[in-house]
Formats: sequence, C-alpha cells, structure tokens
Amino acid sequence: MSVGLVIVSHSAALAAGVVELAAQMAVGVSIVAAGGMDDGGLGTSLEKVMSALGQADTGEGVVVLTDLGSAVMTAESALEFMGGPATVALADAPLVEGAVAAAVAAASGAGLQAVRHAAETALQNSGAARATDAGTATGLDSGTEPRKDHTPEGEQTAELILINPMGLHARPAAVLAGELGAMDVDIEINGVDGQSVMMLMTLGAGEGTKLHVRASGPDAVGAVALVRREVTSGFGEI
Amino acid sequence: MTDSSLDTAWAVDWLRRSAAVVSENRMALIELDRAIGDGDHGENLDRGFSAILEKLDSEPPLTPAATFKLAAMTLMSKVGGAAGPLYGTAFLRMGTAMGEAVEIDSALLAAGLAAARDGVVARGKAEVGDKTMIDAWTPAVDAAISAADAGASPAAVLAAAAAAAESGAVATDPLIAHKGRASYLGERAIGHRDPGAASSAMILRAAAQAGGASA
Repeated sequence: MSVGLVIVSHSAALAAGVVELAAQMAVGVSIVAAGGMDDGGLGTSLEKVMSALGQADTGEGVVVLTDLGSAVMTAESALEFMGGPATVALADAPLVEGAVAAAVAAASGAGLQAVRHAAETALQNSGAARATDAGTATGLDSGTEPRKDHTPEGEQTAELILINPMGLHARPAAVLAGELGAMDVDIEINGVDGQSVMMLMTLGAGEGTKLHVRASGPDAVGAVALVRREVTSGFGEI
Repeated sequence: MTDSSLDTAWAVDWLRRSAAVVSENRMALIELDRAIGDGDHGENLDRGFSAILEKLDSEPPLTPAATFKLAAMTLMSKVGGAAGPLYGTAFLRMGTAMGEAVEIDSALLAAGLAAARDGVVARGKAEVGDKTMIDAWTPAVDAAISAADAGASPAAVLAAAAAAAESGAVATDPLIAHKGRASYLGERAIGHRDPGAASSAMILRAAAQAGGASA
C-alpha cells in the first residue's frame, strides 16, 4: 500500500489528464481526480473532493494537489469539514510537476510528508539541477580534474551510456527515481539527484548520452549496480 | 423563541430569505461581477442557495448550528467559484461557534458572526480595504459586538450588522481591489461595487429580516 493522491482542478478534463499522466509513472498508486462541478461545469466541489479523499486513501494517507485559488480554498474547506485529519496533507505545489513527483515518491514507498515534500520541491529541484550543471561546466572549462583527488571514501562511481532509443524519458526516470528512492543512498546522475524523477527528466538525456553516476552511503554499491543494470538493459525497452 | 434569543426557525428563515434575495438580485450581482470579475457571482450564489432550499426540505436541521453546517456543505459543493468556500467557511465557523445551543442570545450571535468573518479572512487571506466581502463583514461584526455589549436584542444586533454591512459594501466603490480577479484591473476597478461585499450585505439584511420577523 502507498500514499494516495487527489487531484483537485476546476476542470474535470484537466484533473483526469493529470491523473493519467501521473499514473503512467506510478503503477499501483491510488490517484483520484476531483475536477469540475457535479453538472460538468467549471469549478470545484467539496463533495467531489471529500469523495475522492475517501477513495484515494488505502490506509497510508492522501496528498492533495490543487490548481487555481478557489480549488485551494475548497480543499482547505474539505479538511476543515473533516476536522483536520492527520492522514491528509495539502501540497503547495505546481499541479503537473507536483503530481508526477508525488506519484513517483508514493510508488517508491515514501510516507505522507515525504510525498508532500516531493510535490512541493518538484520545481525547486529542477532549478537546482540547472545550477549544478552550470557549476560543473565551469569546473571543466578551467581544466581542473577534481574526480580522483576529491573522491570521498566509499564513493561508488560508474560511467554508463544510454542505449535505448528514447533515452532517459519519463518512464525510465520514474523507474530509476522510484527504485533509488527506496534505498539509503546519496546518488547523483550527471550532477542531479538520482532519487528525483523531475531532476532526472530535466537532464533531457537521449540515446548515446554518457551518464556519470556517483553514489555514497550504505546502499551505494547496490544503487550503482541497479543503475548499471537498468541502463545496460535499455530499461527493458530494446 | 423570545425577544432575547433566536432559534432554529430563525436560522432556517435566514437561509430561505437569503435564497430569495440572491435569486431576485441574480442579474444585479452578475452585472457587478461582469464589471470587475468573471461575471458568475450571481449565477453561482443562486445555484448554491437554491440547493440549500432543497436540502432544508429534504433534511430539516434540528439546531442553528446544524442549519449553518448544512448551508456550508451545500455552498462549498454547489457554488463552484471562490464564493463557495468563502461563504461556506463563514457558515461552518458560525455553526461551530454556536455549538449545540438551540437558543442564540445576543452575545452568542455576535460571537457567531465574528467567527464567520474570521473564517472568511482565514480562507481568503483578505484584509479590510482589499475590496472584498470582508469590507461588508468586518463593519457588520464590529456593529454587532457593540450592539450586543450595549444590551441590544438579537434582532437589534442583526439590524445593526445589516446596516453596517450595507454601508461597508457602498464604501467599496472607490477602492482598488487587492484580491481576486478584480485585482488584475488596477484603477479600472474604481467606481464599481465589489460583488461579494454586495451579496454579503444582502445576506446579512436577510438575517435581520428573519430576526425581526421572529421577534
């Protein structure tokens, strides 16, 4: 069982679309749409939200993502109506990126607050990823060779080449982030957090791209082996 | 029912009168909202209060608090726009403040109105002067508390609140909006009454009429 998600939107079509997108990356996670009004019009409905909360909760709690202003107010109202249950968390997150990041975190077995955090940092993480990339590029330009001298003790590294035609697109990124997320490891792939699906997707790594993997922590050996296995098998896509 | 307290029949009558006044003023509220918003306030509120009438018939509430919670649940589910959770939270908090009481005296009435206003502030994050429903509710609550403190009857407390809400709504005309869709208009919002403040004044007047009828 994993944390469930509820997607609250003014539009039934938008909520259903976000559910479809997030579910593709997180098989087995309960993701329920609460979009539009009973009559199909635009708006948000307390009854729909409360009913979705009931459906989405499989015992591990529910993270709620919302689109515009009054959707947030309706979601807050639902929680107030229910007496502020500890098993429901509202995420202040971008709807699409947040839902995808939360779904992957939930699929990897993360708890309620960790799933909410994954949603709320979905954009920050991709911003940080770009900053890290820029720093790495500067280091290479100056001709320094930091790797050998500064490799901390116990760090595992690997250099792998993507062989599947689609490269590190959404599904493989979700697979890696999901499996790595369940491990006790700090892992970077080309300078971004390997446990974050959003960060991995920001790499835009296509077929033939070289991946530099650096991992440390108790599960470092297993984590690098996992990445090697997935990459060299083309994520099962070839 | 006595001169010194209001009961469930008053709460139900308030909602019925609110539904009537919102329905009568549906086009007027749509026009106000069309000027500085998205034009759906009259239609949304009318749909919400019409749904309340159906619920009052099908599941008659037993206490004032239950009446207001029925209204809260229905408005939050049927209105659709921001007015749903805002009015819904107002009625929810008022119901919570009144607890199990079946006789609402002036002090509890003023406390209930204050809780309603605080709920709208908490939900919408608006302040006085932002050109929102708060500009009607806050003077109404101030007037209600003053009247209750001075020993006025519940009907007189409601009359004072309604008059202050009406003045507060009129006073939104010259304001620039700082919340909601009207805030995108800048100075173009000047000269238009805020639809939420206008509907709040209508609904509080309905409360006073229900209170006067029952006194």
